[in-house]
Amino acid sequence: MSAARNEQAQDPVLQVRDLAIALPAGGERAHAVNGVSFEVKRGEILCLVGESGSGKSVIAQAVMGLLPRQLPVAAGGITLAGEDITHAPRSRLRELRATRMAMVFQEPMTALNPVMRCGAQIDEVLVEHTRLDAAARKRRILDILNEVKLPDPERIYAAYPHQLSGGQRQRIVIAMALVLEPALLIADEPTTALDVTTQAQILALIADLQARHGTGVLFITHDFGVVAEIAHRVAVLRLGEMVELGTRDAVLKQPQHAYTKMLIGSVPDLHAHGRPLDAGAPVVLSARGLSKTYVDRGWLSGRREVRAASDVSFDIRRGQTLGIVGESGSGKSTVARCIVRLIDPSGGAVLLAGQDIASMPARRLRPLRRQVQIVFQDPYRSLNPRRTVREAIIEGPLNYGVPRAEADERARKLMELVRMDPGALERYPHQFSGGQRQRICIARALAMEPALLIADEAVSALDVSVQAQVLALLEEIRERLSLAMLFITHDLRVAAQVCDHIAVMSQGRVVEYGPAAQVFGAPQHEYTRALFAAAPGRGFAFGGRA
Amino acid sequence: MYAFIARRLLATLPVLLIVAVLVFLMLRLTPGDPAAILAGDAANPEQIAQIRESLGLNESIVAQFGIWAGHLLTGDLGESFYFKMKVVELIGQRLEPTLALATLTILIAVLVAVPLGVIAAWRFGGWFDRCLMGFSVLGFSIPVFVLAYVLIWLVSLKLGWLPVQGYQRLEGGFWPFLRHLILPAITLSVIYIALIARVTRASVLEALGEDYIRTARAKGLPEWKVLVKHALANAAVPVATVIGIGIALLIGGVVVTESVYAIPGLGRLTVDAVLARDFPTIQGVILLFSFVYVFVNLLVDLSYVFFDPRIRY
Repeated sequence: MSAARNEQAQDPVLQVRDLAIALPAGGERAHAVNGVSFEVKRGEILCLVGESGSGKSVIAQAVMGLLPRQLPVAAGGITLAGEDITHAPRSRLRELRATRMAMVFQEPMTALNPVMRCGAQIDEVLVEHTRLDAAARKRRILDILNEVKLPDPERIYAAYPHQLSGGQRQRIVIAMALVLEPALLIADEPTTALDVTTQAQILALIADLQARHGTGVLFITHDFGVVAEIAHRVAVLRLGEMVELGTRDAVLKQPQHAYTKMLIGSVPDLHAHGRPLDAGAPVVLSARGLSKTYVDRGWLSGRREVRAASDVSFDIRRGQTLGIVGESGSGKSTVARCIVRLIDPSGGAVLLAGQDIASMPARRLRPLRRQVQIVFQDPYRSLNPRRTVREAIIEGPLNYGVPRAEADERARKLMELVRMDPGALERYPHQFSGGQRQRICIARALAMEPALLIADEAVSALDVSVQAQVLALLEEIRERLSLAMLFITHDLRVAAQVCDHIAVMSQGRVVEYGPAAQVFGAPQHEYTRALFAAAPGRGFAFGGRA
Repeated sequence: MYAFIARRLLATLPVLLIVAVLVFLMLRLTPGDPAAILAGDAANPEQIAQIRESLGLNESIVAQFGIWAGHLLTGDLGESFYFKMKVVELIGQRLEPTLALATLTILIAVLVAVPLGVIAAWRFGGWFDRCLMGFSVLGFSIPVFVLAYVLIWLVSLKLGWLPVQGYQRLEGGFWPFLRHLILPAITLSVIYIALIARVTRASVLEALGEDYIRTARAKGLPEWKVLVKHALANAAVPVATVIGIGIALLIGGVVVTESVYAIPGLGRLTVDAVLARDFPTIQGVILLFSFVYVFVNLLVDLSYVFFDPRIRY
């Protein structure tokens, strides 16, 4: 489909030539992007791939003319449908936005104005750029809402963003971008914040609309699964420079540049790892019929119940990893928090070392808390910025009566275990990168010498190459210390790589539970199958893998 | 929503009761005898005793409170010792000037401060922003009476544009009414301009960092629409809150301003009543002020629903 269209394409929709964008003086490098050239043809999807700091979003903003003043275009040019817009006046750029080039952003939850109705937000585009009267505008809006497959367009038209789901909001943003049929659509990580099934739908929608209208799409992502799903051609960026450009199959299956090879090599497989399992390993923690119900008592509105988790049962054995997989709102984090007793379960039992801790009073629980430690998703916010790494790591052991000298010694050893320089103990969290901070968080958890380590989306915020390193580290630690691990993730690829057992959660319930090889190899439940079917890049042979 | 309003209005009752008790007790505990003040310098002790008797000040404090509270329930605030008329009527007479002054002050403050704050946030760190921040420090720190006399000297005495002081009732025509209010209202509004402009700037600045502002710009909207329809609309809740606080604080502000400009409003009445130890009048005015305070707070809470559809009571 795309090949035929590419051949007859004449003028490229977007041409970027030797683009250089300066960074403010004193930064880690002189340019945000340097010497970047590519073009997007009519009806083509070009994926711009790179890790954080690669400059991919900066390029998108440069095209839209939305760069902050501190980041000026230093050299090169940008041509939109034959018109050089590199230094176009602001008024001209305003005319071109939404009419000839439009943009869809990463966070649908915040990309819409929360105090304005969705219809009115699309209407603004038409008021600004057309002379249609109110009735014609409304017709046009209802049409586009229909086209992005939103149910009941009249209701959506009058709805506020907070009344819609993330996927619906992203459809609104797409409708807003495409309502005037722009020649170029820039999509900046449009599905990163969405659940995998919603992501699959939005990707299909973008591909469908793009093919129907012949729109050129500049699609920015860090996710190679998404690239495999949607791209015609791929450009790989590294620290502001383009290292590789080619068709999807060429770049993903036979990458040429070492960096591309490394990135693609870091993409975890969707097959279970197939480590042998010791069925006789002792159970460290088991949940039996665990449930958590939130009750909202209004003054006059009566009782409202939300069942965040219900009847959840599983075992975690020594030296093995249980993965809980699910989409947002499935209750997977609620379960983790109940097990650590950060929140109190409303029912069921959590057995740790033979004792039920689900409803144990805080004083008796205290000595047991040490045994279960947790690492959270966001390494930027889970370390206290005003305490050194040493203080963060030894605080827990000191609380449990470990002498200071011994705690310090332990901290030093742990830093080596997580592959960090013990000299870093005296520094503060902001002096480290995201991957390093997550290592520190792991060291902090291990300092308590836990029997069970919980990783709650612990690698989700990391770039794929860093993610691979942290996953390898967790594996090594699990093996060396014979730790039991509970690994909570929305990412099936990650789950496949590290988990021995998998529990799939949906709407507060475990719908499927079993050995990873079995769950991945022959999923039984309908929801599990839907989840796997939605995983981007499923069945694509990355780097020529079988 | 209606349940919320009813609940909030009911909640004002205990507040008013506590205020009533506290004011009553504090007045009785402060030194100064209303009878002695009424009798004047030449009075002898018998005359003073007689006045005390006629004012009911010889009863026990509990009995005095019981009588006053009983009248209060029927809407009667008692009779002024000093002005020799019903406190309700007295307040009625003095309400118009204060209401007019407060309304005009808030109007000026909002109309000036909100645009200033928006522009300062838009040009964050530029010369306009720095000037406004400098002005707001000045506005906070300059005493009302100093500003009042400076303005009178400049506008009224040197330029002769506006009257020095006094008040014209609205029934005497709108222009004379307004002419007498302009200077006091400007004087009084300066501190509120400083306050509201600062809060507007801060919350618009915060809104400008949000993702939907980028979306609005990507739509090709002109900058003023981005600022007003997207940034300011989302910054409205804190701004409404501070305007509400401003209205409540204004009641204290009018005391000085009305004295300087010789406006016969509630502020002046409060001062006169305190000097004369006119207990019923002081009690009545303070009760009224507390009610206004609670009521304005309710209005502010209700305005949130209007400004932010995510808020529901």
